[in-house]
Parts: sequence; structure tokens; C-alpha cells
Amino acid sequence: MLAKRVIPCLDVKDGRVVKGTEFLQLRDAGDPVELAAFYDGESADELVFLDITASHEQRKTIIEMAARVAEQVFIPFTVGGGISSINDIRNILLAGADKTSVNSAAVKTPRLIAEGAEMFGSQCIVVAVDARRRDKLDPSRGWEVYINGGRVPAGLDVLEWVATVEKLGAGEILLTSMDRDGTKEGYDNELNRAVSETVGIPVISSGGAGNLKHLADGIKLGKADAVLAASIFHYREYTIKQAKEFLAGEQIVVRN
Amino acid sequence: MIAIIDYGVGNLRSVEKAFAYIGYQAKVTAKPEDILQADKVVLPGVGAFGKAMEHLAKAGMVPVVHQMIRSGRPFLGVCLGLQLLFEESSEIFGEQECLHKGLGIFPGRVLRFPVSDLKVPQIGWNQITRVKDAPLLQGVPDGSYVYFVHSYYVLPQDPEVTLCQTSYGIDYCSGVSYQNVAAVQFHPEKSSRVGLQILKNFAEQN
Repeated sequence: MLAKRVIPCLDVKDGRVVKGTEFLQLRDAGDPVELAAFYDGESADELVFLDITASHEQRKTIIEMAARVAEQVFIPFTVGGGISSINDIRNILLAGADKTSVNSAAVKTPRLIAEGAEMFGSQCIVVAVDARRRDKLDPSRGWEVYINGGRVPAGLDVLEWVATVEKLGAGEILLTSMDRDGTKEGYDNELNRAVSETVGIPVISSGGAGNLKHLADGIKLGKADAVLAASIFHYREYTIKQAKEFLAGEQIVVRN
Repeated sequence: MIAIIDYGVGNLRSVEKAFAYIGYQAKVTAKPEDILQADKVVLPGVGAFGKAMEHLAKAGMVPVVHQMIRSGRPFLGVCLGLQLLFEESSEIFGEQECLHKGLGIFPGRVLRFPVSDLKVPQIGWNQITRVKDAPLLQGVPDGSYVYFVHSYYVLPQDPEVTLCQTSYGIDYCSGVSYQNVAAVQFHPEKSSRVGLQILKNFAEQN
């Protein structure tokens, strides 16, 4: 049986991992390579690196990082954040990343998804979608797509947008609830389920995981294929192993 | 030296890097003479079957692959590199179905996963169940998880060549092994410790 995936997300700034690095017993927990190898050893199924480098000049560092990770870590990894052109996608994949995630640029230039998929294969193109409820208390009013780090409404309906990106050739959807992100209240599983039932490509649930039950809910209630979390792993509230054991106890198929 | 055949399809560096990590020299090369001189050969590949065969032919690699396999030296196909070893593939684009000829090393066909409620491509970690013993899977526990990305699978005519099976809606052949040729549908270079063990097993064959 295909296993559901558990994916730690690492924020990278100027080539260094930020957030939570002081909690890990590593020589240099700010080093993306060392951290990636650590999570691989703990049986993380994949890794997502999100480049939050502000300045354009520093963008080179993420490519160098991808190359170094690819030399030491042999599980799939995605690099996203600030990708704006087919050239960015090419550089990151050639450096050794398995997938790139595109967000704002895909909304502004949807053709980027089609060109990326055509050139490198759908499996390399993850479309990140930041979603916010139109009405916090009423999911039946739907969700709106946000861009630029969740600050700007894109004027698109989430369910229409995910159907479009699937048609354009996206390989997976990394779906973040802006309402839940950082709250630790659990994923927006109405959102996850609505998107999972709309598309035939895998959906990665993100935004709001605060405990292990939330991960299980993302899969069972949200129908997600993978669950992504940051702080619960980085601050060692739970190890990946504990997460896998909990999910297995909930009758969810995971890789041990 | 292990030669990794470069025929302009996909990024082959991760296979090279995985061999380097476990201490074996491997080289991505598009030169037929490099490949013919190598001790061992890896045929990687991602993407569409028809296009890959076209590229392989254009790069002059079709006779090279046949020659290497006949020479008895260890040969490993990975992902699309497994599928290409078969006789033909029926690719489906939208409503259209086209048949493409493969290398024909193994009798059998490449088919798309049947329509079901399962997602296609299969992306992620799934288990391999050993069907027979071969050096490639030495030290790999039965039922190990490995990383897959694919929409098509191989159906060998001779069940004897099947090395391992995987279940995704159907039970399909996820690895073959016959004499000096082995090939796997998953990506050992992305399958963590289990994958590195498989690459090591290949690198140590004579």
C-alpha cells in the first residue's frame, strides 16, 4: 500500500535554517544539510525547503543549498519560495532538488506550470496554494487564493484554481490554510477535503498542525495524501518516529 | 567505473551522487565509448516512453545498450529505464493511445495503471515484496518501503523475470532480474537507506 507521507518543512534564509534550530542536538542545526540528514535518519518521507530570503541577490544561496543537500540526503526534497521563472525552476532542479514549488508566480503567470511540467515532468512541479476562508465560521462560502506570502488576495476561488493547475500539469498541491497557519489548532480539513475531492493529484496539507491527532485528522478527515508540519518537529514536541507510530495506531499506512 | 547513460532526459545527478555517497565512482555520460568501456551501466530515465526512446536513438545509445547487455556486464535500469527494456508501451495522452517500440530486452508490455479511485501517477513510498532471490536485494528486508513516481508499469511475458512486486490497486512487477540485467520501477537514489543498499549491491556485483 502507498504510505501517507510525513513532511517536515524548513524555512531557509540566506542559506541557513531559521526557527527551532536551538532544540536539536546537532553540531550545527542551522545547516540545512545537517538538518535534512537528521530528518532523513528519523524517517521523514520528504523534505520541503522554503526560501524566505528577502533580497534577490541572495537567491543563489538556495541553489547552492539544494546542491549540497542532494549530495548527502537521499530522500525526495522540494525547494520553494520566490520562484518566478522557468529559469529558477531549471536551476533548482539541476542543482538536485526533486521538485520545485511555485506559488505567486503561478497565479501571475499560469503558463509557468504548463511549461515547467512539459519541460521537466509534472512530478517536478508542486503548486503551493495559500487559502483563506471567505467566512471563518462558514466553509460553505468557500476559500480565496492569496499570494505574496498570504498578504494579497488573488481574486481566485481555491477550488477553481486547483482544478486549473491540475489541468495545466501540476504534479501535486501544497495546500496551506492561512486561517490556521501558526495557530496550532489543526488543519482546515473542510478545505483539505474540498480540494482533495476536486483534484486527482496528491494534496499535501499544511498550516495549523499542533499535535499528532491533527496529522491523523488531515489524512482521515481532510483526505490528504501527505501532512506537512514545521514547529512541532523543529521544537522537538514530537519526533517523526512518534508521529509515524501515532498514525500507524490510527490505522494509517506509513513507512516505518 | 559505473557509467550512467545520459540521453537528454531528466536530471541524472542524483544517481551519480548516491553512488559517490556510498563510495563508488559513477559518471553521467553521453559518450557511447565511455559506456562501452565501463564495468557497469545504469540506464535511468523519467518522463514519457516515446520521447525517451527517440532521445535514446538520437544519442546512438540503442546499439550501445544491446552491446553492454550482451557483454554480460552488470546492467541496472531505473524507473523509465526499467520500462524501456520491454518490447512496447501503449501511452495514453487524453483520448489518444499510441504504441511505442522499446528496446525489447524482455518480452512484455508497459501499461498505464487502470482507472480507479487511486491517484495516477503513484507518488510516494510503497512496499516491495520479493518474488525471487537476487543479489540486488541482498540485505533488503522483505516489505521495505521505496520511493515511486510513475503512471505506467511493466507486464513481463515471462513471470520468471519478476524480482519483486508492489501493490497499487493491482499487484504489479516493480523489479526484474535476469542474468546480468536488473531493473527497478522505484528510485533507489531517493529511497534512503534501503535504496543506498540496493545501489551498493549493484556496485559490488561482478
